[in-house]
Amino acid sequence: MADSKEMKAVLFGPVLANNPIALQVLGICSALAVTSSLKNALIMSIALTLVTAFSSFFISLIRNQIPSSVRIIVQMTIIASLVIVVDQVLQAFSYATAKELSVFVGLIITNCIVMGRAEAYAMKSPPLMSFLDGIGNGLGYSVVLLTVGFIRELFGKGSLFGVDIIPLVQDGGWYQPMGLLILPPSAFFIIGLFIWVLRTFKKDQVEAKA
Amino acid sequence: MEHYISLFVKAVFIENLALSFFLGMCTFLAVSKKVTTSIGLGIAVIVVLGISVPVNNLVYHAVLAPGSLAWLGYPDADLSFLRFLTFIGVIAALVQILEMALDKFFPALYNALGIFLPLITVNCAIFGAVSFMVERNYNFGESVVYGIGAGVGWALAITLLAGIREKMKYSDVPDGLRGLGITFITVGLMGLGFMSFSGISL
Repeated sequence: MADSKEMKAVLFGPVLANNPIALQVLGICSALAVTSSLKNALIMSIALTLVTAFSSFFISLIRNQIPSSVRIIVQMTIIASLVIVVDQVLQAFSYATAKELSVFVGLIITNCIVMGRAEAYAMKSPPLMSFLDGIGNGLGYSVVLLTVGFIRELFGKGSLFGVDIIPLVQDGGWYQPMGLLILPPSAFFIIGLFIWVLRTFKKDQVEAKA
Repeated sequence: MEHYISLFVKAVFIENLALSFFLGMCTFLAVSKKVTTSIGLGIAVIVVLGISVPVNNLVYHAVLAPGSLAWLGYPDADLSFLRFLTFIGVIAALVQILEMALDKFFPALYNALGIFLPLITVNCAIFGAVSFMVERNYNFGESVVYGIGAGVGWALAITLLAGIREKMKYSDVPDGLRGLGITFITVGLMGLGFMSFSGISL
């Protein structure tokens, strides 16, 4: 049984110190497209955290039985089955959001975070630790996603979770919304700046001069 | 014919997979350091997309779509919930077959593309294009055009980004922003550039 200190490191390490998006360059595809509103970002984060955690758990459970030549296919099958469950649940309970997220729920399958953690961690670690590692990496992904979603929705539409926070000019308020933030490329700028801020505080992450 | 041309142009420029849907970003950012490797990867993506989108289109309409199993005597069957699993299986199998076929018949091409092919299985651009094909109800002809067009668009974007990054070696970027950070911002600017195509009506 692993001691609690190690568990804590596995769970919270990926949030800032070893963030999957900012440092490992994994799972960016979906991070950018679903962040135009905070609600979508939140749902996507929960879905991805659950899928990563459970796929790591199951893959780790059977890691000694998987022949290494077909491991990618086995991992893919487990991940795809979990994503199908998530997709069906979303369509059943929140059809509008499922439509809005369109293909991006399915894209969790090819999200490199899930595959990356399965390959790099779950294949060599016991189930409980893999589960925690999955949750930790999911949280790291969520932090970035929610930050971007928060900035984009607050300053782009003047609302959070669809509730108006800043009164807009066209409704008689004072705030002129920044149209740029609604557009997809703004997500790149925000993540780029997020990385800058993160690396200003964590000097060891700065990349060497080429 | 005009319909197909406009679909192609739309897939290459207006709905560029990399720059307006952000698909295939992981490889897009990781492999775009040199122009020559980017072109190799871009061609591999065009080939895989051009094959896998139409094949998945056939599979979807013959097996998975609601009511498509009528020829087996199950007119009420709806297997569309299995589509993620099926598509990823088909893509993985196709890439594997392509790799073996190239190795056997075109060794020179295999040596050039070989290292990129396994990467492509988990490239979100392939899976994303297949999902879009289903969501937009393309027929077989349209899916061929869309697959190739989407691949060309992706290849174009990664080659352009690699060109910019090669030049950026000479610029003095602030410490924290160097590498990944500035690449993100560059891609954002490229995305803005590509958005100017969206005003074009076809």
